[in-house]
Amino acid sequence: MSEAGDAVDLVDSALADGILAARLAETWGTGRSLVAWLSTVDHKIVGRRYIVTAFIFLILGGVLALLMRAQLARPENRLLSADFYNQVFTMHGSNMMFLFAVPVMEAMAVYLVPLMVGTRNIAFPRLNAFSYWIYLAGGITLWTAFLLRVGPDVGWFAYVPLSGPQYGIGKRADIWAQMITFTEVSALAVAVEIVVTVFKQRAPGLSLGRMPLFVWSMLVTSFLIIVAMPAIVMASSSLILDRLVGTHFFNPAEGGDVLLYQHLFWFFGHPEVYIIFLPAVGMVSTILPTFARRPVFGYLALVLAVIAIGIFSFGLWVHHMFVTGLPRIGESFFTASSMVIAVPSGIQIFCWLATLWHGRPVLAAPMLFVLAFFATFVLGGLTGVMVASVPLDTQVHDTYFVVAHFHYVLIGGSVFPLLGGVYYWFPKLTGRMMSERCGRWVAGLVFVGFNLTFFPMHLLGLAGMPRRVYTYQPEMGWGGANLFISLSSLILAAGFLLFFIDALRSIRWGAPAGDNPWDAPSLEWATASPPPPYNFLHIPVVTSAYPLWTERETLPVTIGLRVERREVLVTTVAEARPEARETSPRNSIWPLLTALTTTVMLIWSIFSPWAVVWGSIPIGIALIGWFWPKGTPEDDA
Amino acid sequence: MRTALRLGLGGSLLALCAGCRGWQSALDPQGPEARHLRHLIWLFTGVAALVWVLVMVVLFVAIRRRCLGSPEPVALTPPAERRATFAVGVASVATVIVLALLTAVSYRATGALGQDTEDAVNIRLRGYQWWWEATYLGPLSEATFVTANELHIPVGRPVTIDLSSDDVIHSFWVPNLAGKQDLIPGRDNRITITADHAGTYRGPCAEFCGLQHAHMSLFVIAEPPAEFDKWRDAQKQPAAAPGGDEQQAGQQIVTGTQCAACHTIRGTAAKGTVAPDLTHLASRFYLAAGELPMTRGSLAAWVADPQTIKPGNNMPQVPLTGDELRAVSAYLASLK
Amino acid sequence: MRERMVLDLSQLPLHGEKSTSVTWWGTWSFILIEGTGFAIVIGMYLYLASLAPRWPIDAPPPSLGPGTGVLLVLLVSAVPNYLVMRWAQRDDLRRLRIGLVVMVLFGIAPLVLRAFEFPALHIKWDTNAYGSVTWLLLGLHTTHLITDLGETIVLMVLLFTRHGENKRRYGDLEDNALYWYFVIAAWVPIYAVLYWVPRL
Ligand code: HEA
Ligand code: HEA
Ligand code: HEC
Ligand code: CUA
Ligand SMILES: [Cu+2]
Repeated sequence: MSEAGDAVDLVDSALADGILAARLAETWGTGRSLVAWLSTVDHKIVGRRYIVTAFIFLILGGVLALLMRAQLARPENRLLSADFYNQVFTMHGSNMMFLFAVPVMEAMAVYLVPLMVGTRNIAFPRLNAFSYWIYLAGGITLWTAFLLRVGPDVGWFAYVPLSGPQYGIGKRADIWAQMITFTEVSALAVAVEIVVTVFKQRAPGLSLGRMPLFVWSMLVTSFLIIVAMPAIVMASSSLILDRLVGTHFFNPAEGGDVLLYQHLFWFFGHPEVYIIFLPAVGMVSTILPTFARRPVFGYLALVLAVIAIGIFSFGLWVHHMFVTGLPRIGESFFTASSMVIAVPSGIQIFCWLATLWHGRPVLAAPMLFVLAFFATFVLGGLTGVMVASVPLDTQVHDTYFVVAHFHYVLIGGSVFPLLGGVYYWFPKLTGRMMSERCGRWVAGLVFVGFNLTFFPMHLLGLAGMPRRVYTYQPEMGWGGANLFISLSSLILAAGFLLFFIDALRSIRWGAPAGDNPWDAPSLEWATASPPPPYNFLHIPVVTSAYPLWTERETLPVTIGLRVERREVLVTTVAEARPEARETSPRNSIWPLLTALTTTVMLIWSIFSPWAVVWGSIPIGIALIGWFWPKGTPEDDA
Repeated sequence: MRTALRLGLGGSLLALCAGCRGWQSALDPQGPEARHLRHLIWLFTGVAALVWVLVMVVLFVAIRRRCLGSPEPVALTPPAERRATFAVGVASVATVIVLALLTAVSYRATGALGQDTEDAVNIRLRGYQWWWEATYLGPLSEATFVTANELHIPVGRPVTIDLSSDDVIHSFWVPNLAGKQDLIPGRDNRITITADHAGTYRGPCAEFCGLQHAHMSLFVIAEPPAEFDKWRDAQKQPAAAPGGDEQQAGQQIVTGTQCAACHTIRGTAAKGTVAPDLTHLASRFYLAAGELPMTRGSLAAWVADPQTIKPGNNMPQVPLTGDELRAVSAYLASLK
Repeated sequence: MRERMVLDLSQLPLHGEKSTSVTWWGTWSFILIEGTGFAIVIGMYLYLASLAPRWPIDAPPPSLGPGTGVLLVLLVSAVPNYLVMRWAQRDDLRRLRIGLVVMVLFGIAPLVLRAFEFPALHIKWDTNAYGSVTWLLLGLHTTHLITDLGETIVLMVLLFTRHGENKRRYGDLEDNALYWYFVIAAWVPIYAVLYWVPRL
């Protein structure tokens, strides 16, 4: 493509804004054909897909929750069989954790982080496209198995020996383990993209100390993913090996150990819950200043708190194993470490309260979700402190008390900020506002429905109701409370339903938003809503942690990036000083093909170990296609 | 909305009061371990409630008061920031202190639990999908007799229970008496419980163990020492001889068909080891790990069709004619 | 929002090296991921060893020959790897072509030895947990050998095509060399664990 020779050197400063926009859109855009749609590597399109898919999984998981609640509404109910119920709660947990909560946070980051740091695309955009396809494939695999009535039935942590070769019947546990592989691969890929985007692609002047807190949270989250996920990769691979080729990792009769699995799982599983929680914290820290009308109080403290939570989270895993009979001294250490993590969590809460206290809070819809978050997350965190006590936990472990704890932190701590985040960023994604009135109703219904549903579960747990039971005897006296919970969950579901209706409606009919409807301070609001394919006409220059508040009139920007090839600015890690103009890959169909071949291999390997050998060949071919230079302007340095 | 919330919570609290008191509740302790734990639960709950209320009050005030200041979003007033720093600092220090205290309390409570003593009754409990096998051990840890799904213990004496499993993980949990402890294949655990009052306490299996995890209950019958000794002596005996033709016929069927391959009835030819010991079946209160009350009718129902009553359990349906079934249930009901 | 130009980037280099390039960071991220994976499997190994009454379980310790051979070959391969990295920084296409052929050979050699290494473990993966975890550890490292060999071959082929003479290729070569260092470095602790822990 040497005829592109001099055109490649075309720099943005040579063009008037209107023409520049058109040319950039051509360079960075995604065509309208089906192939173009499947080939795109635009982080906004991929991110949008990710978000929509994750919310579909929320609906599916929510429907399963309603099924469970229907079954539990009456004692000795025969609505769902034991076998089906076990599949349903396993699907609910696995789906919510692996297909909804983790991916949705990553999805928001895929969309927002490049905008917030002021770059034109995420780092490794093809990997990003790949990660979406592989995630989708994992989700479809799991749900197909479930619809064929061979869904996993061993709980979302699939303890051996129940999931092992002897007791895990059929291919159910293999499906679960392989679904883990799919989601791991995609989560790890996104984590790498985020880390590199944040480290290397920030706008000039956006030093670490000015980075939006959501970006900080995602950075820490990504490191958590990088360090924690290999543990579950090993857990699920060993499980598959035990089942498929007769290894004995978890077989006590041959020198294996049942608890090894639990250690591996929770070494991942505990950080996992913070992988879900920290991005939500970042959202709170981002939404709050906008509506408190002031910078967040204690920026440094908040950053350090997030980092501290990230680091400590690797020292807590045994608190899920308090009743397995590990040595008491060791367990007490994990009580202490679990308590310690409440300190940075508390500091965050206090800083946010201080921000509100000295601010002028505007109670718009996103803010209502943040308030709901306060009330529920703090309660859930405090019950977390309760279950962190070894002796106390011996009474409530594996009861509905724990079910209550983790829904308080998962829904109150993560989903509420997420909903707030959707109300907040929806205008950026679509160019239209969601309805303020609907937002109030959603916040109210979800908050009330949530608490009515999950608060009584604490009491049920103390009253002796174990979790993961498909039914209970009438003489246990839990019928009334369970009926109450099941009815309340309908209020909760109505809230969610209204939320989805509002979102769907607003895409078409919402009020036009403008670039920055909330007068928010961070860079994503410096561009159009929805942003053009190239994100920013000129890459902004950042002079403070709240660029759009300090630069109220005009935005300082850079010039000198080329127009005819996809070029992004690379800056230094700490100070974000410009270092180089790097190319960013073009759209490509190969990530999709790689994902497809990988899917074939992974599913095939449930049935035969040889799939790993033969299935790797097409993957290799697809990867070569992916990386083989195509002579585009991007390839010519 | 707030009132709706309060009403709702109040309602569910009321509904639950039944559960706070009961034969399977952590809040109705009947032994020293559980009592310690209830103290701990209340203490932690109290602290948590206090912290929560404080946070909510501050939050409420914060959004109610409208801070005066310049309309520009970035303008901060240094004195206010200093005050905020101080407040956050104090709150953080307070958090550290409270958490340190809670950790210490929790640690002390751990020490107070489950002390072994010399004169303890010793039981070996094994979990199976989905029933419990209990072996009472003699002074030298030798097995004296085997029973299933129901433990009898003497009031006031500590009972140490060795927990193990051969198939999957189960968990022993009788909330009125103590916290739970898992039964893990390849690992040996132990727990000590003591009952202060006579009574029947229920314990659900508390680790998900497959299809019928929901129907794997254990009963602990605490009784005065004299009654306990009487029970123990009776359990040591072989099964009662069948009284009458019908029971005789029943015995023949039980020992002569598949039943004997799985079940043991001491003193007869039935010596299977993969299913509950039936020697003194009828002395138990429940059938099939809490599934049915022990009556002749339910025995017949169970044997006729165990898979409908407890779907997926490991006892197959053994085809029997109506007469045979009557004989079998008569015989089983005689195994006091 | 209106804009004002404050910074001209047009003089910046078009391609970054080392820590200026995003792929360098990407490579390090993947090294971190896989390094954690290795660390976890080594942890599994030591955990199982600590539980077993005797270690190795029902097997003699693995024979030292092939594994030590792999160690030597890998350590020696660091030299050409270093040279490739240097030449890549200097854009020396002619030398790089030779260097990559050599690196491909150095990629194949340990795989050949590996074929003898598995039997030298004196245990199968399905005999007991000791066998399982040794095979897992060795297998995991082998997949790294294979994938990096594949990548080296592709890069070698590229060097002999019209795509060879390109700054970007040289960057890829550097990253690949970096990754090979990791494959070497990972083998040292794995070798120590597999071959020497059973002899303790
Ligand atoms: C978003 C996810 C999330 C979050 C944030 C947390 C947060 C915490 N969790 Fe939770 N947890 C889960 C998700 C989460 N958890 C899940 C999914 C499970 C169950 C898995 C399963 O079994 O299926 C679980 C289970 C679980 C257990 C195991 C229980 C059992 O199985 O028996 C434990 C035990 O220690 C625990 C502890 C904690 C603690 C100490 C915190 C702390 O981080 C909380 C800290 C926060 C606060 C304390 C509130 C704010 C602080 C203040 C206002 C300061 C003042 C406070 C004091 C003075 C106390 N969690
Ligand atoms: C982020 C994670 C997450 C979320 C959001 C939820 C949401 C909910 N969960 Fe979930 N839950 C878990 C994670 C989560 N859960 C986990 C990890 C477990 C443990 C699993 C295990 O033990 O292995 C669990 C277990 C669990 C149990 C215990 C099961 C058992 O032990 O037997 C129960 C019981 O009530 C329950 C209930 C609910 C309810 C009522 C909701 C509600 O909040 C759901 C509300 C949402 C909806 C109802 C969807 C609404 C939308 C519609 C209705 C729209 C309809 C259609 C269109 C728009 C087209 N959950
Ligand atoms: C393949 C093995 C098997 C056979 C054959 C079998 N059972 Fe069972 N039986 C079991 C198992 C396993 C249980 C425990 C089921 C549970 O509670 O989950 C059980 C439970 C019972 C119980 C309840 C025990 C208790 O402690 O509550 C009775 C009574 C019983 N069986 C009687 C019989 C009779 C009579 C026959 C023959 C007609 C028979 N069983 C045949 C395996 C068997
Ligand atoms: Cu046994 Cu649950
Ligand atoms: Cu945890």
